[in-house]
Formats: sequence, C-alpha cells, structure tokens
Amino acid sequence: MLRFDAKGIYCEQAGLYIDPWQPVDKALITHAHADHARPGSKAYLCHHDSVAILKLRLGADIRVEGVGYGEVFTVNGVRISLHPAGHIIGSAQIRLEYKGEVWVVSGDYKLQADGVSVPFEPLRCHHFITESTFGLPVYKFPQPAAVHEAINTWWRDNAAAGINSVIIGYALGKAQRILAHLDPDAGPVYTHGAVDNIHTLLAAQGLVLPPARRVTPDMQKKDIQGAMIIAPPSAIGTSWMNRFAPFSLGICSGWMQLRGTRRRRSADRGFILSDHADWDQLNEAVKATGAEHVYVTHGYKPVYARWLREAYGLDAAEVETLYDSGQEDVVPGAAGPGDQDLNPEL
Amino acid sequence: MKAFTALFTAIEQTTKTNAKIEALVQYFATAPAPDVLWCIAILTGKTPKRTVKTAELKAWAAEQAGLPFWLFEESYHIVGDLAETITLCLPEPLATSNYSLTDTIQFLHNLAALSEADKKQQVTGRWSELQATERFVFNKLITGNFRMGVSRQLVIKALARFYDREENEIAHRLMGQWQPQETTLPALLSGAGTTDRSYQPYPFFLAYQLDMEPEMLGNIADWQVEDKFDGIRGQIIVRDGQLFVWSRGEELLTDKFPEFAPLAGLLPDGTVLDGEIIPWRDGQPLPFALMQTRISRKAITRKALQDAPLVMVCYDLLEEHGTDIRNKPLRERRHALAALLQQLPEPVPLILSPELFCTGWEEVRQARLGSRSRNCEGLMLKRKDSVYETGRRRGNWWKWKVDPFTIDGVLIYAQQGHGRRANLLTDYTFAVWDGDVLVPFTKAYSGLTDKELLEVDNWIKRHTLEKFGPVRSVQPVLVFELAFEGINLSSRHKSGVALRFPRITRWRRDKPASEANTKQDLLDLIAMGNL
Repeated sequence: MLRFDAKGIYCEQAGLYIDPWQPVDKALITHAHADHARPGSKAYLCHHDSVAILKLRLGADIRVEGVGYGEVFTVNGVRISLHPAGHIIGSAQIRLEYKGEVWVVSGDYKLQADGVSVPFEPLRCHHFITESTFGLPVYKFPQPAAVHEAINTWWRDNAAAGINSVIIGYALGKAQRILAHLDPDAGPVYTHGAVDNIHTLLAAQGLVLPPARRVTPDMQKKDIQGAMIIAPPSAIGTSWMNRFAPFSLGICSGWMQLRGTRRRRSADRGFILSDHADWDQLNEAVKATGAEHVYVTHGYKPVYARWLREAYGLDAAEVETLYDSGQEDVVPGAAGPGDQDLNPEL
Repeated sequence: MKAFTALFTAIEQTTKTNAKIEALVQYFATAPAPDVLWCIAILTGKTPKRTVKTAELKAWAAEQAGLPFWLFEESYHIVGDLAETITLCLPEPLATSNYSLTDTIQFLHNLAALSEADKKQQVTGRWSELQATERFVFNKLITGNFRMGVSRQLVIKALARFYDREENEIAHRLMGQWQPQETTLPALLSGAGTTDRSYQPYPFFLAYQLDMEPEMLGNIADWQVEDKFDGIRGQIIVRDGQLFVWSRGEELLTDKFPEFAPLAGLLPDGTVLDGEIIPWRDGQPLPFALMQTRISRKAITRKALQDAPLVMVCYDLLEEHGTDIRNKPLRERRHALAALLQQLPEPVPLILSPELFCTGWEEVRQARLGSRSRNCEGLMLKRKDSVYETGRRRGNWWKWKVDPFTIDGVLIYAQQGHGRRANLLTDYTFAVWDGDVLVPFTKAYSGLTDKELLEVDNWIKRHTLEKFGPVRSVQPVLVFELAFEGINLSSRHKSGVALRFPRITRWRRDKPASEANTKQDLLDLIAMGNL
C-alpha cells in the first residue's frame, strides 16, 4: 500500500504522502521537526498539537488541518488514523488500513514517558516503518528520572559555586521536557528566544509549563545568577551565550551516551536524554506491532535491519529516506534547521 | 576502584585545568599510598602489561551481552573504543564489589598465568560486579590504553602542589623506567634509594612554533639559529661507564642504535647530550623516511645499518662531569659541548649542530626557505642566554618550521569516524587526477571544524554512489586543500606515493573537481624534494 519514492512515503490508493521531503499535493505529517515537516506542499494534515508549530515554521498561509489521536478518516477506501508516538508534543504514528492490510509509519518515537507528550501507543500491523537513530546495542538510555535528578544536582552545584547553568536541547521537544522536570526551588529559569517562541505557542494551545523568562537584550548580567538557561544547539559558542559567563555547559541528547560525542564540543556535562527509542525500546516496539515486514529508515539502517532479520526472523529491509537521524537529538555544533527557521532573537 | 573511578569522572566532567588539578590533589590526599603510586604510573603512561587479547575480550563481551559477534563488531566500529563498547553492551551488573586500584592491577597481572577458560571466567565475573563507569575504567586498564584527559605536566603540577615540591624535581623523578611494583611512593618522590637511577634522562625542553614576525624577537645577535633536523629527539647519557639513549617519548632506545655503543667508553662519566638522531651520510642528513623503515624493525640488519647510518646531531649539553648545568646560559653550554665533541677521536657518531650565522632577520627568513633542500624541516631559534627549561615553553626557544606542502584533492570515499567523531562520516579518502581518472592518494581525518564536518557529513549522505561495507563512494565534487610534511615514493600505496602527516587545511568551495591537482604534481614534488 505504501512505497518509498523520490518525494517521500507514498500511498497511491489515498493519493497522499507521509512526511514528504519534496513538495506534494497532500502531506500527512508525523511531527513538526524540520526533517519531517518540509515546506512547499499544497495541503498538510497533522495532529492538533502540531498545527500551530507547522504554521510558525512553514508559513502562516499554509493549508493545514488538525485531527485528534484515534480519529479515523477515510480517503478513497483507505482508513487513516493518528496515534501517539511519544516523541514530542503532537507527534503521531500514522496508521493506514486498506482491504485488511495495515501499515504503520511511526515517524520518530520513544517508549519512555517524558511527562509532556502523550505516551507511545503500540499498534498491531502487518507493515511497520521504524526509525533506527539509536539502533545499536550500545545505546541503552538511563531512566529519565535519574537524568532529571542529575540535571538538577548539576544546577544546584553550579549555583552554589556562583555560576550559571546553560543547558542545550532542541527548541521543540527537548526544551519542554527539560523545563518540565527542573526543580522549581533551585533558582530562576531563563529561555532562549527560539525556545520561548515555541513555549508561547504551546501555552496558547493549553500546555502548562513551569514559568521561565525569555532572555531579552535589556537584561543585566548581574540579574542572571545561579540561573538555568535553556537554549537550542545553535546558541553554542555564540556571544548570546557568553553573556552568562561564568557558566557550565550541559547538553541533553541520546548521543551523549558515547564518550566521544560528549567530548566533541567541550561540553562540561552530557546528559543522556533522548526523544528517540534506544536499542531495547526499538526492539520492544517492533515486537509489539506483530509486523512481519519492517522497513528501517534513518539511523543505523543496515545493522538494525540485519538484526531484525536474524534475531526475530522478520522480513526487514533498509530504506533510504531524507530524514535526518542527527537532527532532533542535538549533535553538538549542529545548528538544527528548526532553529534557523525560528530566527531566534538574540 | 571507586575512588579512582570518581577521580576519572571528576576529570572527565571538566575542561578546566585547575579543577583537574584539584581532583588529583584530592585523590592524592585520600587514596592509600599503593593506589596513589599506581595512579601516577597510569596517568604518566605506565599502563600495566596487557594480559588478555582483544579478540578474546570481544568474544566474551558479545557472548555475555547475548549479541551476535558481527553486531558487537559493528557497535565497536561506531563507538571506536573497545573498552567503551564492552561497557555499553554488557547487561546491568548483578552484584557490587569494592576492589582497590592496586587489587585490580594485581588481578590483571595474575591473569597472565591463567588458561583462556580461567581468564574468561575471571574477567566476565568482574564485569558482572562493576557499575557502569567503574566497568569502563576496568576495561580501559585491561585493554591497556588508559588515557584520562590529564597530561603528564598536569600530574606533575598536582604532585608538586600536594607534596610542596618544585615541578622540575617531580618531573625529573617521574622520568625513566621506574616500576610501581618495584618502588614505593616515598622512594619515588623523596629520593631514598635512588642512587641506582643513573639512567635517568632530564625532562626535555620543547619549543613552540614561532607565531609572529621574527623581528619581534629583538636583536639577532642575542639569538642562535640552527637547522631543525627531522629525526628522533633524544638524550645520550653516559654515567658509571654505561650508555643510555632515551627518546623524547621516554622510550629507552639504547639497543636500537648500536652505532652509539662505543660512546660508553669515549664520553666522560656524567655526560648528558641533547640532540636529534638522524640518518646521515657524506656530511648531510638523509630523508626521514629512511630511518622510519629502520626504527620500525625489531631486529636491525647489517643492511639497515649500512642504508641508514645514524648520528646524533648534538645541540645541547645538560650534564658535564656529573654536574647538572641546565641553569647555565645556552652560550656557555654550547661552548662546553663544542669543546667536548672536539676532543673525541674520529670517527664518532656525534656531530655538533651547525650554527647558521645570520646578520639580520631577513637572512634568517632566506635560510628557512632553503631548509627543505637541506633535508631539514625549518629552523630553531634559541636565545643565547637561555637556561634549559622543562616542557614546552614560550619565549626563549622557538621552532620555525617551513610551510607544509599543499595539494588540492577530490573527496571520493568516506567512512564513519571513531571516538569523538562516531556517527559522522569524517574519515575521508582523497584523489588526484591521472589523465581523466581519479586515483586515491591519501586519507585525512583532521583539519575541518565541527561545523564543516557536519556539513560534509550531510552532503555525503545525499551524494553517496555506492556502499562497500562501512565505506561509501561519493560523487567526485568536493575539493579540499591538504597539507603534509613530506612526500615519498611508496610501493605499499596504490597511488605510488606516501605522504607524511597529511591533514585538511581548507575546504576549496571555490574549486570544481576538474581543477584539483594531478598525480604528476605529486611526482613533481617528490622530484623537487630529492634535488
């Protein structure tokens, strides 16, 4: 029912694409990260919670429609519904059913609950399309509670030593997750403009986040002390960031699992906090679908596909897509396209 | 191990020198003396001997983790570090333990005598009772390449601070081949029982690359100008009638250089020479490549001795008749050195490093440009009244190397990096034109900024032609400027040339692939170098 062509994941029967990387007539969008929601298509459909962000990023004049999780709609006989993917707020797996055959496009997902997005819902299907960003057995993420505690401890230690804490996470997704788990008594929290823009949007659609102040040009250095500052990757090494000196720099990403990546950017601390599935979660998710055919996209595709074939006897193949396995999870030094879209105010 | 692991974590979690020194001082203050001794040994590169083979470790780890071997290998390839790969793949520990650092070293030592089956049982047993970071440190010790993000200099600083000593003294005491199991902390640091340490070299004084116009150095008359020879920096020591040859990497190389053996009877007792060991014939240096082939051999053949006869080009005298003269000015040390060499009978494999007499800085510039034709890599500028310092210091000694060769190559293959660059395509192979065919001529890993690496990584993923295992061939579009220190014909490389220390200097976004250099350009460089 689905096939991968030059523009994206195509459903011919319904005449629509899922997360196309080139402009098409109808685009179903799993989530609002820039590598999955690309500009130029005539009409978009996504979860309600992604609508405002899509407009912010792709233009206020796009045609976009929102649906809720589990709402079924039919296009030329194909029953389509969106289900929670647990990746970021508004992220969805897209389920398509036609003549008894079920496909699920999972986009990006994780099984850990993050306290902000609706948790992942396992779906039975015949064909499952999965990412493989962390599809190697070396990626086994710690319990999020322990990571949040480590972040808070780091912050308190820094504050006690009279320095600020700058924490780096992607503006959409990671930043909310970090903010939601900060210890409200540890000190003041500030956000970069790119992060605050997202927070303002999400607040307008009813998401409740702890208070944080946007960093503005008129703020005095002496006013920001012992603070936690949440910033996107593009802020690393900029004069915007240097104003908080002395500070300790922490980066939140699944890549922080590897010592090499932690050290690549001279971050003081790397916190292993990811919105993607780690090795165990990927395997659990794939098994839970009961799917016999698995298509492995962005990440360690060949390795993970081979593992699925050999360990579980599945018909698993790697598929070329233009989704970027580095993007959401901060690769230090990378200015995520999403940050550039937002034109953060410095 | 817990305290040592905590030290490791503290050091890893900061990039600040002072915080690292603090962490070391804290460890010296609290850990038991044998552990402190081992810690010093490990941090200064005296890792315990490996007692387990890599292949065994991989097999045991894959088995304990319940992974097929190929998947373990793939993971290792991405992580780039075996100790870390094992740590991450293994299941959660079943128990906890409390071994000291010394216990652990002893444990590793004892493995040597065991059968493979017993080794496996012992090692996998330890794995299942060590927590994550401790397990990593254990694996680093067992794989024998433990690096902790502290330089030797930093360890010296921390020791000097904790024991309230001069850094130079500590540096001197840490030199040479002491073994933690054969000494004690007081013996190492306080000099008790050190009479038999006559083999000790002095810490080397190293120069930085000159990063300003030479005129900034002041009056040329205050400076000694020498060629910078391209060989192995070393010290020749004769004490108690015995000869020791040390490299700057603190390897004792006495046996590698049989031509120096007669010096034991020729040089007066209590002599320490500093200089460059290089192949030399008919009054001039031979190319470095000649020595490289000789050095890498275990046994030295007569032919190697004939093809690459070695001398030391001496440029300093550190000890004269048993007296440390490092605090005398260079002009006096050089005078003493010249006098010493002059009285030796010919032929002797020692040559006084010639002083280049220049009347102005412009002449020095000219001399530098001619370095390559003299088989040298640039000049050394030393202040005539300088004392012999320790470590790399600015101010009194400068090296002024010639600009490297550069060539524009086309990126044709890429592979994922290791370690710091895991998960990015950062290992590149470059090609030059041979007619209308691109022939690979070198790999290069370093030189691009993190931002450029990401950009190139992204580009590669979108312009891959074919994959051969981990290697991708890409469309021949991107051009990079590559710099290298030397070039020679080589029968071991497909292109027929071998480069010395190639690295990327620039991304030539302005150049199309068609304007990259040619194989003939490389051959011309070789021809030029051999004039």
